[in-house]
Amino acid sequence: MQHYNMNLTLKVWRQRNNKVKGHFETFQVKNISSEMSFLEMFDVLNEQLVAEGKDPIAFDHDCREGICGMCSMHINGRSHGPWDQTTTCQLHMREYKDGDTIVVEPWRANAFPVIRDLVVDRSSFDRIIAAGGYVSVNTGNAVDANALPIEKQKADESFAAASCIGCGACVAACPNASAMLFVSAKIAHLALLPQGDPERKVRAVNMVQQMDTEGFGSCTNIGACEAECPKGISLENIARLNREYVGAVFSGSPRG
Amino acid sequence: MALNSKIPAGPIDAKWKTYKSTCKLVNPANKRQLEIIVVGTGLAGASAAASLGEMGYKVKAFCFQDSPRRAHSIAAQGGINAAKNYQNDGDSTYRLFYDTIKGGDYRAREGNVHRLAEVSASIIDQCVAQGVPFAREYGGLLSNRSFGGTQVQRTFYAAGQTGQQLLIGAYQALERQVALGTVEMYSRHEMLEVVKIDGKARGIIARNLVTGELERHFGHAVLLCTGGYGNVFYLSTNAMGSNVTAAWKAHRQGAFFGNPCFTQIHPTCIPVSGDHQSKLTLMSESLRNDGRIWVPKKQGDNRKPTDIAEEERDYYLERRYPAFGNLVPRDVASRAAKERCDAGYGVGSSKMAVYLDFAAAIERYGKIEANKQGKGNLDKASIIALGKDVVKEKYGNLFDMYAKITGENPYEVPMRIYPAVHYTMGGLWVDYELMTTVPNLYALGEANFSDHGANRLGASALMQGLADGYFVIPYTLGNNLADDIRTKAIPTDHPAFVAAEKEVSDRINRMMNIKGKESVESFHKRLGKIMWDKCGMGRNAKGLEEAIREIQALRKEFWSNVRIPGEVKEFNPELDKAGRVADFIELGELMCKDALHREESCGGHFREESQTEDGEALRDDEKFMYVAAWEFKGESQFELHKETLDYEVVHPSARSYK
Amino acid sequence: MNWKNYFTTSIGKKILVGATGLFLILFLVVHCYVNAMIFWCDGGKHFTEAAAFMGGNVAVRILEIGLFLGLGLHIIQGLMLWSQNAARRSVRYEVSAGNKTSKWYSRSMGLLGTLILLFLILHLFHFWAPNRYGQAFDAGWKEEDLYEKMMVVFTPMWVVIVYLLGCFSLAWHLMHGFYSGFQTFGLATNRYKGIIRSVGVAFAILIPLIFASMPVYMHFMANSHP
Repeated sequence: MQHYNMNLTLKVWRQRNNKVKGHFETFQVKNISSEMSFLEMFDVLNEQLVAEGKDPIAFDHDCREGICGMCSMHINGRSHGPWDQTTTCQLHMREYKDGDTIVVEPWRANAFPVIRDLVVDRSSFDRIIAAGGYVSVNTGNAVDANALPIEKQKADESFAAASCIGCGACVAACPNASAMLFVSAKIAHLALLPQGDPERKVRAVNMVQQMDTEGFGSCTNIGACEAECPKGISLENIARLNREYVGAVFSGSPRG
Repeated sequence: MALNSKIPAGPIDAKWKTYKSTCKLVNPANKRQLEIIVVGTGLAGASAAASLGEMGYKVKAFCFQDSPRRAHSIAAQGGINAAKNYQNDGDSTYRLFYDTIKGGDYRAREGNVHRLAEVSASIIDQCVAQGVPFAREYGGLLSNRSFGGTQVQRTFYAAGQTGQQLLIGAYQALERQVALGTVEMYSRHEMLEVVKIDGKARGIIARNLVTGELERHFGHAVLLCTGGYGNVFYLSTNAMGSNVTAAWKAHRQGAFFGNPCFTQIHPTCIPVSGDHQSKLTLMSESLRNDGRIWVPKKQGDNRKPTDIAEEERDYYLERRYPAFGNLVPRDVASRAAKERCDAGYGVGSSKMAVYLDFAAAIERYGKIEANKQGKGNLDKASIIALGKDVVKEKYGNLFDMYAKITGENPYEVPMRIYPAVHYTMGGLWVDYELMTTVPNLYALGEANFSDHGANRLGASALMQGLADGYFVIPYTLGNNLADDIRTKAIPTDHPAFVAAEKEVSDRINRMMNIKGKESVESFHKRLGKIMWDKCGMGRNAKGLEEAIREIQALRKEFWSNVRIPGEVKEFNPELDKAGRVADFIELGELMCKDALHREESCGGHFREESQTEDGEALRDDEKFMYVAAWEFKGESQFELHKETLDYEVVHPSARSYK
Repeated sequence: MNWKNYFTTSIGKKILVGATGLFLILFLVVHCYVNAMIFWCDGGKHFTEAAAFMGGNVAVRILEIGLFLGLGLHIIQGLMLWSQNAARRSVRYEVSAGNKTSKWYSRSMGLLGTLILLFLILHLFHFWAPNRYGQAFDAGWKEEDLYEKMMVVFTPMWVVIVYLLGCFSLAWHLMHGFYSGFQTFGLATNRYKGIIRSVGVAFAILIPLIFASMPVYMHFMANSHP
């Protein structure tokens, strides 16, 4: 792989906090190596800003290996940038060439208020999980792990849904700012397993209600979420959530 | 102060059972009056907070990330060990115990490790009940694979995302308690001080990272589940935010630090590509199940790996350690890679890498698959295509990650790998009950020093984190708090809280007012370089003495020349990082001092002065069979306390994987 | 949670849109079948008989009420979803992904639906209102010959063009709507997704194409037999 260096123009959203309005600010960065990750390019820019006595750009990141779900940039119109099934931290600069201009925005959704610059508040996701995204089993109550065989295909499908990292790219990408892909991934993960079966109706109804309370839009089956999901979570999960919900409605859920 | 590890008397396999049936209990009504603070929400923290919440305690949980689900446990790839013996390959609690003691190079406590092995099976049961989607066989039962340092298959896994699945299980259990009101969750909060009242830990000072405000929180007990401190090396496989701050504050408040120099360097990471590098990425140890590690037999061989013929390759692990081959423990594999690279056999542009090659595995799997499909006489290309599919199913996500980072296709050319800092076996010294030397202050998971000795085996970190949180602390905490039921919640206007908050606030203001020239990041990089060069994979007295002086100088420079932009009372990641780097600098000095005093090689700690003729680590059980527990006595002053290790069951011998 | 709540959640609303949408799709089939009788080339004999049956039958009249209720619900819920969803992102993106991550028609269901609605008003005014008005209020009402009426209506070119635009909007609306309806009811599983998508595309092309050929056909019929 040929390595090269590049100079770039960055147009980045700046917003001091959620009480003030934001705006775009333009920066030049020089000598960016094609081997850097996108966030390392931001590190370079921030070092430059600190040296100039300016405020560095705030952005969320932690593991930088594509699994924690904390990084969250909207890059040239794409959640997590142009690469398929890739988080921002795993996007590498060999995607770009000398002289490119890159526009970087925060996830935009009313349910994800901006905290600062590119950092948004995704605690709504935690509250959706708290509304029912679990199996109610206390520590110490479990039977032997192999007492309950699970069909491999179902276990694999459940795992595929459970690989959601809760980054919020689905919301960011959705023209409706809907959180259906996120919610459905959790519903599918648990509905496909016998362990999740006893609470499946309550779970579907309560999680959907919480999703609405948080101010997410509703799904109109556009599919941008699936296209932008860094973990390849499938729209089939949304079909399953719909099915679970319809099932819960017509059979009556015990509470909620 | 004499260290009392409080190991229960009796035979090894009865200690924990006896403890559980004789420890004191707290009745449900009293539990509701007892407040517990849990700092950190990784596997240890989330599982502890959830379990204690379920039991009825009033819990407050804190994490610096935006959600408890982000904790770095999530990045663990390979798996979690448990002595289930589902594979009928002779595994048992004793064998897991023995492997862990031996893998730790006889520097761990027998009592703790046996307890870990005992509860390991319950962890798997608990996680499956929560809906953790472990890998399964076609019969519907759980699948296992093997990991380094063992000869049985006891590792449970969920593709290359085991840590993620386990953490999400614990996180969901935690969120359930949040919904029920037993746990109050504080995200984007960082603990900056332990508050002690009458010698006991009774709360914390935390900073709200969004507003920058300091908050006081009372707790009858404080649990630190804050992970390891590998980021002291700047480059490591840890998350960017992983830090030592909570543990270090506890240390300064009187909690001894155990074996700080015991660091695990993981052999299979993607090599450094340049000065810009901000972190290193692990390629799971599970890859060593199928990948073969080699370098060219000729020094400085610049040919493409695929052009180097089989007989010109040196499969040095298979050559040196025929019994375990590519599955030797991490410390051994890392040192062997460093040895080859230092001797001039390294590959890639930096020459600081070795190959991890899947060609043989792809062909082997291809043949098996062809036979399965009844196509015995396929041509080689078709066999390889079939083999690639099998490898993709097993390791697809890891291969994708490698391709994204390096731009190379690991199905076609061998991966380049090099060791990187991964885990810290050292941590806050704790007794059998996981309590530090500060009463009512506990440390769980990677934050404590207890179970892995001088080297951790693969797939054991997840096991320990969850063991501590789900199955140990619920008992040991009750045993202590049973005596505390008459202690009413202490109001946070108590002078101790006021003083602690002022201390924290003064330190932050002092840091902000330096207004120097150099960025926090730059100090961190400089510290990391000192640590990696002189307290990394190979250590010697001269280098460590230099490192101590350099770190002391670096600390002075930091406190006179660091530049932190922005304000205190706002979202200010640079300020958060500055506090963490300041603590790393102090820790770095202690690590070097610990490494300097331990004049033996054991596990991840390799003193170049102490090796056999063929370059293997040479332990000194006569002089060093103890836990080094360091007490903070003031800036740059640490006093050594020794906890002698008594091996009642296992007889320490030279650790051989040949 | 009571029944009302079930249908006012985000999924509940979608279920209403989806259910009414699928019902309207069924209606399109019937409508298309009856109207396609103009192609018998019998001077509208078959067609007029069928139209008279549809116009004079009490059951059909009752079904028609259901149809209008369904249509109304579909329109109201659809437009409400559209406006509510648009309000979920107060600050818009500077750069949008455009067609890289989704189809334009999937994002434009509100717009396409509105165009269809405008067309529909004209369409009802042409072919439905006169007969139904007469039926209700005119004692001396006699079923108008719709075949003749089509000839008249489609004589000017601009009407044909407006109708073609209506069919065009309908095609794209169906291109998303057909699949989407099944997805909303959770039927678009991996196993059936492919079939539903293919049938949806075929339906979205075929039905509007047949409808579109009607004004064109009648226009030329009218102009060739003055």
